[in-house]
Parts: sequence; C-alpha cells; structure tokens
Amino acid sequence: MKQEIAIQMRDISKTFGDVKANEDVNLTVYEGEVHALLGENGAGKSTLMNMLSGIYTPDSGSISIHGKQVHFTSPKDSIALGIGMIHQHFKLVEVLSAKENIILGEKGGFFTKGKELSKKIRQISDHYGLDIDPEKKVYEMSVGEKQTLEIIKVLYRGAKILIMDEPTAVLTPQEIKRLFQIIRNMRDKGCAVVIITHKLNEVMEISDRITVLRKGKSVETVETSKVEVPNLIEMMVGKKVSLSIEKKNIENKRVLLEVDNLRVINQEKKNALDEVTFSLYSGEILGVAGVAGSGQKELCETLAGLVKSDKGRIFFEGDNIVGKTPRDIIQLGIRMGFIPEDRLGMGLVGTMDIVHNIILKDYQTQPGFFLKREDSTAKANEIVERLDIQTPSIYTEVKKLSGGNIQKVLLGREIDSEPKVLITAYAVRGLDIGASYKIYDLLNEQKEKGVGVLFIGEDLDVLMELCDRVMVLCNGKITGIVNTDEVTKEEVGLLMTGGSLEKEAAHVKSK
Amino acid sequence: MLKVNKRAELPKDREAIIRVGAILCSIVCAGIVLAVMGFNPIQVFREIILGAFGTQMRIQQTVVKAIPLVVTSLGILVAFKMKFWNIGGEGQIMMGAFGAALVALNLPSTLPMPVMLLCMAIVAIVFGGIWAFIPAYFKAKFNTNETIFTLMMNYIAIKWVTYLQFGPWKDPASQGFPRIATFSDNAVMPKLFGIHIGWIIALALVAIIYVFINHTKKGYEITVVGESLETARYAGMNINSIIITAMLISGGLCGLTGMIQASAIEKTLTANISNNYGFTAIITTWLSRLSAPIILVVCIVFAGLLQGGAYLQIAMQVPASVADMIQGIILFFVLGSEFFLQYKVSFAKSEKTTIKEVA
Repeated sequence: MKQEIAIQMRDISKTFGDVKANEDVNLTVYEGEVHALLGENGAGKSTLMNMLSGIYTPDSGSISIHGKQVHFTSPKDSIALGIGMIHQHFKLVEVLSAKENIILGEKGGFFTKGKELSKKIRQISDHYGLDIDPEKKVYEMSVGEKQTLEIIKVLYRGAKILIMDEPTAVLTPQEIKRLFQIIRNMRDKGCAVVIITHKLNEVMEISDRITVLRKGKSVETVETSKVEVPNLIEMMVGKKVSLSIEKKNIENKRVLLEVDNLRVINQEKKNALDEVTFSLYSGEILGVAGVAGSGQKELCETLAGLVKSDKGRIFFEGDNIVGKTPRDIIQLGIRMGFIPEDRLGMGLVGTMDIVHNIILKDYQTQPGFFLKREDSTAKANEIVERLDIQTPSIYTEVKKLSGGNIQKVLLGREIDSEPKVLITAYAVRGLDIGASYKIYDLLNEQKEKGVGVLFIGEDLDVLMELCDRVMVLCNGKITGIVNTDEVTKEEVGLLMTGGSLEKEAAHVKSK
Repeated sequence: MLKVNKRAELPKDREAIIRVGAILCSIVCAGIVLAVMGFNPIQVFREIILGAFGTQMRIQQTVVKAIPLVVTSLGILVAFKMKFWNIGGEGQIMMGAFGAALVALNLPSTLPMPVMLLCMAIVAIVFGGIWAFIPAYFKAKFNTNETIFTLMMNYIAIKWVTYLQFGPWKDPASQGFPRIATFSDNAVMPKLFGIHIGWIIALALVAIIYVFINHTKKGYEITVVGESLETARYAGMNINSIIITAMLISGGLCGLTGMIQASAIEKTLTANISNNYGFTAIITTWLSRLSAPIILVVCIVFAGLLQGGAYLQIAMQVPASVADMIQGIILFFVLGSEFFLQYKVSFAKSEKTTIKEVA
C-alpha cells in the first residue's frame, strides 16, 4: 500500500513572546487517510493547524503540500493549494441560503449564476455522499446541516485536504455518526482529513493514524489500530493517569430544590424552557445533558435569579424563590459556577487578581463604605493552597492563568462559601485530562458533604460516569430523567434528539 | 509584505521602551516639520518649556489651565472605568456653569462668600450630574448608545447657554453686547499663592477619586461592571443603580469644572466656557490609562503645551496653530504606540530565505 503524502510538516517551531507554542513538530498526513491530532489544551494543535492554513507563519521549519514545498503568507495561499479549514464556530451568514454562503467571498462575475451553481453543489454533494438543499437559509438549518454546509463550502473551493477543529463538540451522537460517515466517504475519495479533538473514543473510532502533541512538541505518530486509549492518554499527559470517577451513593437524601412546571421565554419570544419539572436532592450529582442551546443556559440563569421565569415555581427547601434577586439567592446558599465558552465571561473578572475575584461574592456583606481586603486575601491564599492552583501569586491577573487554574479559582470561591446547591455548567470545558479529573473529585467531595450538584455537561461519557441521575433537555423540554446505572449512552443520545424511553422518570435511590 | 500579529503579553520594560520611543519620535518628527517651516526646532521647544514653566507667573498660568483639565479628566475617568464612554463632558461643564450662574446671579450679593461658593458648587454638581444622568438612565433602561447620546447632549447645553447669553440673561448694562452680567465679588473664588483655590479642589479630588476607585465598594463595583457586565450580574450587583451612580459622579465632576471656570476665570457665564476641556479630558484620561495620580501629571504636561504654545506666538511670532500641530504630532505618536503595544508587525519572509533555512 503506497500512499501519496498530502501534508508534510517538518521541524515546525513557533513562538509567541516567551511561549513556545510549537517546537520541532513533525506531521505527515497521507492522501486517503483520516489523521487525528490529539493533545491537551495548549499542546499546540490549533497553532500547528493555523500555520497549515496560512493564518500564522512558522518561525522555522518547512511545510510541503503534495510533495511541493510551500510558504504561506495568508490563508488565500493555503486555500489555493486545496487546504480547507472547518472551524469549531461556524462562519456562515444566517440570512443567506446555503448556495449564497458557498460562493460568498469568491471572485467572479457580478451576477451569481444560480442554476449552474446549484448543479455544481449537487455534484459535489453526490460525490461525497453529502445531503444539503442549496436553497435553504442557514437560520433554518440544524447544527448538523450547518456543518455539512461548511464542509461543502471548502470542497467547492477545491479542497483535497480538510482540517476540522473539534467538529463533534456541538453535535448529538446521531449527528456524529452521520459526520463520521461523511468523513469516511471523503477519505475513500482520496481526501486527507485532519481532525483536531480531545475526545479519545471518537479518535479511536474514526481515525487511521494519530499524532499526539504534548507541550508544543510532537510526541509520536501511531496507527490507531495498534493503540489503546490508556496508551494515548499516557502520551498526551506524559505520565500514567488513573482515570476513574468513583460514584458513591449517599444515604439520607432530601429534596433541596424543586422545580415545578418552569417556563422561560427568551428574547426571540420562543420558549427557551417549557414544562420543566424536576427535583434536586442533597448528596447527589444531577447531570444535565442536551445538545448545545437546549435551554441549559436559561435553566442555570433562572435558578440563579438572573432571568425571570414566565411561569412555574422553584422551591428551595420549601420556599418559593421565584422573583428573588440574585443577591437573595446567593445568600440562601445557591451558588452557581457558570462557565461559558470564553470561561471568563461570567463569574470572574479577567483583569483582576485572585483576591479581587474572591471578594466578588463577599464584599456586599461587608459593612461600611470601604472595601476590606484582609479576609479575602487570607481566603485566596487558602484556596490557592487547597486546590493546588498554579499561580505566581494571589495578585496575578486571573486571565493570565491557565484554563484549569482559572476554573479552580471559580470553583474554589463557590465551594468556599459552603453552598447547599452548586450549579456548574461546562465545568471542564477546555481543560486537560488531569485538571478535569481534579474538578470531578472536587464535585464528588461536595456531593459527599451533602451538597446538591447540578452538573451541566457536554461529554456523555463523563455524565454517565459522574452523575447519579441525568436529566435530558431537548428544545427546552425535559425528555427524560434517568438513573445512569440503568441506561446506556445511546439511550441518552436518543433522548437528546427528542425521543422517549420506556423507563423514564427515574426514582431516587436512597437505600 | 507586512504581517500584523496580535501580541501575547509584553514585558514591562519593553512597554516602557515603546512609550518613551514614541515620545522621542514625536519630538524628532515635530522638529523636522518646524525646520521645514523655517524655525529652529530646538529654540521652539525651549520657548515652549520656558513659556509654560519659565517664570512664576507662567507656572501659575499653566496651573490655571491644568485645573479644569484635571477635574474634568477625573469625571471622565469614573465613567470610562465602567466602559461608559462619556464624551459629554462639554455639555456637563456647560450645565454646571449654568447652575453656578443661576445661583450667583440670583442669590443676594450680601451672602458670605463661603456659603455662596458652596451653593454654587452644589448646584453645579447637581446640574452636571443631571446632564449625565439622562443618557445613563436611557442606557440602563433602553440600552441606548451612550456615545451618541452624550455627544448630542453637548450641543443642547451649548445652544441653551448661547440662547441665555443672547436672550433672557443678556446684561442690560452691557450696552447691547450679548453678555451675561458679571458675578458679584462673593461669587468669585479667592486666590491662594496667586492661583484661585481651584487647585486645592483639584488636588483633593485626585486623592478622593483614587481612594474611591481603589478602596471603596462602589469603586469596586464600577470596575467590575466595566470589565464584565455578565460577571457583575452574576454576582448580584444592581447594575442599573451602579451605572447611574457612576454617571452622576462623572457628570457632577464635569459640572464642578463649569463652576470653577465660571467663578474664577470668566466671572460670568459664557457660551464658550467649556473651551474644549470636555474633549481634551478624554485624551488626557486615556493617556493616563485611567489612573487618578497619572491624570495629574498628564494634565499638567498638557496645560504646559497649551500655555507654552500661547507664549510661542508672542515670543517668536509663530502662529498659534504651530503649537496645536506639535500637540497633534505628539498625540499621534503616543496614541499610535498603543497599536504597537498590542500588535507585532513583522516582515513576512520571502521564498528565498525560507529555502535557505531548510537547507
């Protein structure tokens, strides 16, 4: 089996200021293969791919495409050579149709040649087994369709090398299956596909070969069929990591939070949440699963008092808390650690140091006009020590810390206040494996203390392992609350797309 | 080919080098322009410095020009700290001056001076505050754009005072001149060390605002709202009340500038009392990177340029616009250096060098 080399990157180095993002990285990708680029956050995956797509220029090293050495000065050069990048966040114009999005930014005549274009799109779609309606507007599309459109967009521009940055992050298990089928089709037609991801199960399923990056260096390239998940983790982290989340069953559960028929209408006058009814018990972790944008954000914000509900009641230890201000709710002991995509958007102030971020939840209970820092300084020291936060000092701007440490500051502050209910959304988003497990341990610790934890998660594997029960949201409605011991991942996946299960309405075990 | 990349983080010393470099570049560049115009640049710079700080009287003049800049800049600082782009300083100064005049012209001239001045100051702060409160209220309630709103409020204030000056408030004793009556003596600020006591007010305010921003709960809230509105909401802060409080302070300080200028400088109300201080203060506030003590330094340098420029006109028969131009060149470089602090410009290597590297 002699394959042609599609991409060869040799001894690539790139430094940003003092940070070596890539150091002597080597990557070889053949035509007709799916190549996974694996590594923890900050390992240099994105930097490497940005150099391949012409966004950055390497400081040293060489890139060859189809055997010819190239030097990109802008993304245009890379597109011209048939390299297409599909970003995690879609770059589509909502109000335009699929067709219009495809030709957007293309040079050409003043008039768009409608029919000819549709024909060409259909040709590409048939060739690779894609399915799209060229006339459909983007805002009417599902996430999966949007992604298909992004793929067609790069194929239309003649891409034979596709780079996909975490393509499965926003998809349901069913959509992921479909995407993988598309990727396999493209591989069979001779395309080279590079997938950036940190989900190991997917890597094992889809890729032919894997290159692991660690701290900016390429560790090893292996054939997927010859490795096991634990080997990969060892390569990524650099040491053996025991990856088990223990799930203890806590006794004497009592109802902490009772949500009754909650409805929230969002700015677009649609029901962001509807008929949401569930209970959260002490000493449990209740997972919330669902495709991104199924109402998780609204649920968190409503519980925290940031968003007004339009209907329904929320009881906390028997009292209705609907209509209370965020301040009141914080004082009742409901703490929320909401971590949005940019991590610093809500919960922390990036330009302030750890002390001033700790003070955020305390200062309002201080008497007087002046800000007192002594207690918070002591608390900051304590949290840094207890959670092993890597920081030059407690006076370091939070945004200068790494993702895992930022998360620890946030969680540390919330845990420190001894909450009764802890809401965490995407608590491990963007964290490396080691840091993620540290966070899971922290949450388990809280659970053992009798805290009710609402865990909004993305990775179904983790949800199944960590949570006692999982509540599935789909389009703002609960499609099922299941005991994780009694269902499979696939069944939860089905609920995420709006299906239903026989064994719904999980009972709470408290033997 | 030029390539522009965003910088990750810049060490402090490199930052200082770029800033100092920018100032040096601006002086060299201004020197070249002056030389082309037929002036001796070194002499011009010397005259500017002498004109601003050469004699005791000139220093006093410089300080007098610095006072309104400092007070207004502090007001702008409070708003900017919250990322509320208050460019309505002009209008707020104008309304403050109007408020002060309202008191000075209507209360009896027999009132003791401290009482009179205090009343004027309070009314000026309230009027300036109200002028800032209006856009703040609309921002909090309807999320209107504060930049446009505050800018438009300027013109309303200026036209209002112009109307008063030419209409109902025209001094009958001015023989047809469109001017408002001069304040009585008890409404004029006294002097200390040859400069009106506004300088004490300005110095005190620098300290007060510094403490307010850095050591009070309200100041902390304003900073959090400015850095991350979502975080502020999540921490249970009452954002609308914070926005409105901060703007009342911001507008109030600008209003106080109006009172100082009306009372100590013009001794009356005129339609050009704000004298662009509201806009210049935006630059000085920005250059000081929102720090109250640095505002003091920046404003004195700025006032020095203004004063030195005016002196230049007399001493060397240089048109006043030359001083303006020098000021513009300095600003161009200093503000332009911000770009280089955040981005790195490099030359993309040509094909040839790359191959060399490989081989």
